[in-house]
Amino acid sequence: MSFISYLINGISLGSVYAIIALGYTMVYGIAKMLNFAHGDVIMIGAYVVMAAVTGAGLPPIAAILAAIIFCTVLGVLIETVAYGPLLNAASSLAVLITAIGVSYLLQNIALLIFGANTISFPKVLSIPAIVLAGGSLTITGEAIVTIVSCIVIMTALTLFIKKSKSGQAMLAVSEDKGAAQLMGINVNGTIALTFAIGSALAAVAGVLLCSAYPTLTPYTGAMPGIKAFVAAVFGGIGSIPGALIGGILLGVIEIFGKAYISSQMADAIVFGVLIIVLIVKPTGILGKNIQEKV
Amino acid sequence: MAMLEINDIEVFYGMIQAIKGVSFEVNEGEVIALIGANGAGKTTILHTITGLLSPKKGSVIFEGQDITKAPAHKIVSLGIAHVPEGRRVFAELTVFENLKMGAYTRKDKNEIAQTLEMVYKRFPRLEERKNQLAGTLSGGEQQMLAMGRALMSHPKIIVMDEPSMGLSPILVNQIFDIIEEVSKSGTTVLLVEQNAKKALSIADRAYVLETGKIVLDGDAKELLNDDSIKKAYLGE
Repeated sequence: MSFISYLINGISLGSVYAIIALGYTMVYGIAKMLNFAHGDVIMIGAYVVMAAVTGAGLPPIAAILAAIIFCTVLGVLIETVAYGPLLNAASSLAVLITAIGVSYLLQNIALLIFGANTISFPKVLSIPAIVLAGGSLTITGEAIVTIVSCIVIMTALTLFIKKSKSGQAMLAVSEDKGAAQLMGINVNGTIALTFAIGSALAAVAGVLLCSAYPTLTPYTGAMPGIKAFVAAVFGGIGSIPGALIGGILLGVIEIFGKAYISSQMADAIVFGVLIIVLIVKPTGILGKNIQEKV
Repeated sequence: MAMLEINDIEVFYGMIQAIKGVSFEVNEGEVIALIGANGAGKTTILHTITGLLSPKKGSVIFEGQDITKAPAHKIVSLGIAHVPEGRRVFAELTVFENLKMGAYTRKDKNEIAQTLEMVYKRFPRLEERKNQLAGTLSGGEQQMLAMGRALMSHPKIIVMDEPSMGLSPILVNQIFDIIEEVSKSGTTVLLVEQNAKKALSIADRAYVLETGKIVLDGDAKELLNDDSIKKAYLGE
């Protein structure tokens, strides 16, 4: 039974990685940049929920909505102020370094406002656990909510991209910005929309992550952010189903590594697997082989 | 009043001046050819018209409206469609999705459906392959798709950049036949071509560009028989 329970924990953790990885992969696909501050938006989202629940006494749902709105605005603001002016810069390193700078900025703002002490995250998800097999298998309410959220988000996003006009515009921009402009697509607006969606998802991920592991510091987002980046690369960066597969695999590998090998080695195993995947298939599991017909 | 007026534009890439004061005009219903060698500035001029580049000096006037500073995505809805050099179809979208993308700025579903029917009628190949990914089409089919996609915006003027590039002679003839048909159906055409002979044979008027300047202009048929043009561009 413990195997199944580890598997469910792994899928649940992986679902969080997948939701974060979506933000990485969409922004990469459309703006062709790696937003290393993405993980810190998760942390900000979690602090907003914490402040709204314990500080302002809002009900959990309202607090989560507030965090989603706050992070969406924050994401668009970061894009407009910090990245936007650099997206056409001669060196793509400029925007990468800016992203690292924004990451430190967000961490230090949180440090300034909330201090360095670990804060316990309030309970915002009150779903009862399911007990199966006569008490030998328990699935926590958090795990259920996380996995369901991941499925809903993936489905909604896939439909949005396939069916909506803005979604099709995203595909066009990700393939050829110039040609997309010639179709009448507002490229800057589309990039801003991508950041808005990614950041809203980061807020959701923050709630799910901190509900499963209820501690919060200004550095809470950093490690999950990097792991989700690994998940995105693992699955094939730029690919939405890739983010899902990469995220789930990474979560399962991490939990199994912790359970069966060594809890200290778990991260080393995760990154080790990444190295192997990149050697065998450099574009990731679902990554496209770049091939152009002239 | 001309439909499209280019007034003394100067365009720079960084420090390098690509266009050194070019003026010309396109009247409604005309087919205008812009010919010249590689690097003469033909594509730069088209990009300046459709807003992908903005000139340092001069203006672009479309139907009396100054569009010099308008962003590219606004210009399409005014009625200017651009078929870019190298086709630039969306390789990972289907033919149908590419065509739909061409109608991005249009709202009326019925009108879009009518235009789609018209495009399929003009390019039966595209209808046959509507569910195929655009990246899997041949060069000629991709050129047709790029033209069909531009027509989907229902433009008043269609701007085409090297539509015959890299195509076999038979396909080149076919593409030029289609350009003539598009013109006959009432759309104004501004055509940039290295294939000067073909371009002059279907154009009403033409401008000859050399290193960022217009050096010659006039009736296309007369230019076709001009000795200096024959020597420089027609290889005769």
